[in-house]
Amino acid sequence: MSNAAERPVNGDAEDDDEDEGGDLEAWERTYAEDRSWEALQEDESGLLRPIDNTAIYHAQYRRRLRNLASKAATARIQKGLIRYLYIVVDLSKAASERDFRPSRMAVIGKQVEAFIREFFDQNPLSHVGLVTIKDGIAHCLTELGGSPESHIKALMGKLECSGDASLQNALELVLGYLNQIPSYGHREVLVLYSALSTCDPGDLMETIQKCKKSKIRCSVIGLAAEMFVCKHLCQETGGTYSVALDESHFKELILEHAPPPPAIAEYATANLIKMGFPQRSAEGSVAICTCHEEAKTGGGYTCPRCKVRVCELPTECRICGLTLISSPHLARSYHHLFPIVMFDEVSPSSQNDPSFSFSNTCFGCQQSLNSQGNKPGLSVICPKCKQQFCLDCDIYIHESLHNCPGCESSRHSKSVTA
Amino acid sequence: MTSAPSKLYADDVSLLVVTLDTNPFFWSTFPFPFADFLSQVLAFLNSILLLGQLNQVIVIATGCNSCGYVFDSTSDKNHGSTTGTMPALYSNLLHNLDQFVARDQQLASPHTPGTVPSSLLSGSLSMALCYIQRAFRSGPMPPQPRILCLQGATDGPEQYVAIMNAIFSAQHSVVPIDSCYIGSNNSAFLQQASYITGGIYYKPPQLDGLYQYLSTVFATDLHSRAFLRLPKSVGVDFRASCFCHKQTIDMGYVCSVCLSIFCEHHDKCSTCGSVFGQAQLDASAADRKRKA
Ligand SMILES: [Zn+2]
Ligand SMILES: [Zn+2]
Ligand SMILES: [Zn+2]
Ligand SMILES: [Zn+2]
Ligand SMILES: [Zn+2]
Ligand SMILES: [Zn+2]
Repeated sequence: MSNAAERPVNGDAEDDDEDEGGDLEAWERTYAEDRSWEALQEDESGLLRPIDNTAIYHAQYRRRLRNLASKAATARIQKGLIRYLYIVVDLSKAASERDFRPSRMAVIGKQVEAFIREFFDQNPLSHVGLVTIKDGIAHCLTELGGSPESHIKALMGKLECSGDASLQNALELVLGYLNQIPSYGHREVLVLYSALSTCDPGDLMETIQKCKKSKIRCSVIGLAAEMFVCKHLCQETGGTYSVALDESHFKELILEHAPPPPAIAEYATANLIKMGFPQRSAEGSVAICTCHEEAKTGGGYTCPRCKVRVCELPTECRICGLTLISSPHLARSYHHLFPIVMFDEVSPSSQNDPSFSFSNTCFGCQQSLNSQGNKPGLSVICPKCKQQFCLDCDIYIHESLHNCPGCESSRHSKSVTA
Repeated sequence: MTSAPSKLYADDVSLLVVTLDTNPFFWSTFPFPFADFLSQVLAFLNSILLLGQLNQVIVIATGCNSCGYVFDSTSDKNHGSTTGTMPALYSNLLHNLDQFVARDQQLASPHTPGTVPSSLLSGSLSMALCYIQRAFRSGPMPPQPRILCLQGATDGPEQYVAIMNAIFSAQHSVVPIDSCYIGSNNSAFLQQASYITGGIYYKPPQLDGLYQYLSTVFATDLHSRAFLRLPKSVGVDFRASCFCHKQTIDMGYVCSVCLSIFCEHHDKCSTCGSVFGQAQLDASAADRKRKA
């Protein structure tokens, strides 16, 4: 316990990385989620009370936001939002190594599942396919598709490993599939490579050049050590190469591939795609769907052009060929297009200014903006609607909500922004 | 922040945030009077509070030019008001609502006569979500939140992006959005909101029995709902609204770069500036890249 007793002295404010649990011993790990003793400090009378971290958190968050804002100003919103990504999972013998707990394979399975969910959250119109390498052969586990559940189910059922890995076989297989996708799509491959060798039938360098020519961006995350050929592949095709140190690092590395990559805009042609937004039919209505050719009860969607029933979105109408998607799929990415402005901090000095009307409560959540002793605490103000918010709301509004409650609840300021 | 120990909640405490449509243009054209509507809603809110001692009710008014909090069942002001003749609990709500409607009217900007301007649902939803986040911060066992939208006016397509943002944020923090829509047609926004967040969308067929509908459909907490036979969904309208004219469309064109929706073909995307249908690596794209 002496270890635990020392921690509150430093606090966790200055050392953000510590929260990741990266340097913990194995027996400490279960406590990584809830290290409640760190959040305590002694006050003047020697009583323990929680540390007020809000100001520090808020400062960190402002810095992050400013970085984002300056990045957004230099680069336009051009992002590859329609991505066709193949995840290549190496299930050779090397994947059974136990340097990751319980094994590399289990860790890959768990993190790929999380990644696929996050990927579809951030890239609503994109497609993912899974390829596994086993016994020197690449095998297509799932075809390119937009439903996270089916990929996850397929992968979880196939988590067993044997034989050697072959990078060339995997790339050739993926190459064949990715060459068929529409020109507006961004082609990407993410290889999760456990082995330290590759057993190929031909010249891997040729395959790499083919990938480069087909504008396929290949990235590799290694689980063992750096390999020259992987690095070469990534450099040639514009991808990223990294090697995971442990599970949390692996998680970090794989999630870096979830947000749409900005720099590949020139890889795909901009295009206007004709799309239909079908209505979901009432529960209990019966219709014959075109995808399974069966009579189904309830829960399907109706193509707006030819009125046939399909079971799942997004898909292509089998009859008229219209791309069918649900509009919420698209809307998930709209906050990238219409980011809300950064709120200005209200400095304590401006509150003495008689022309400034200081409100006592946060416009969003009605929390009092006064700190202890009825002095005005820290708060922020929206430059557009001039409403004041508490720091917690400020973070929530910019990180999750992506709406300013003040601007949204006034018709005047809305017509200005529109 | 108060240093008082956070309240210990049981796991079946509800926090109900109600958004109440007060759009005067809607109510003046609607056959059912607002006063009758309100009295049934108040009875419903009372029954929520009676269902559990710790249950909380928040009411946010959705006006035509503004939105505002009008009632908070945990606020001290509700108790100890003995002067009025009305039940103490709601004298405060009615007072705030009167003030709100008067203020909302003052802010009114001229609009084309004959049309009903939409209510600012995106504003009240955003406020409700901020309040719920505050409840989540309140302690280790926060009350179970849900939002109930009592909406009458038609959807404002100009709020599309903002409402979708609010829906996704609610989905992310597992806050169901229930909607009771009393207007004449169905509301596509609320249908989508309830469908995506796992709430209930219901359009009462008869407003005389509104209390009955509210208390049978919306009064139960999420856990109890699993045992009830609730109204089946009558379908969800997934139509989007186009960025160019803010019209609701069921077919349209989508920019492959930024996913903006347009109702007609354009040569250039007005949102992200991409030029459509040109060869790869055309001059403007290469130029833009060099700048970036
Ligand atoms: Zn089907
Ligand atoms: Zn069709
Ligand atoms: Zn707040
Ligand atoms: Zn604002
Ligand atoms: Zn239009
Ligand atoms: Zn665009």
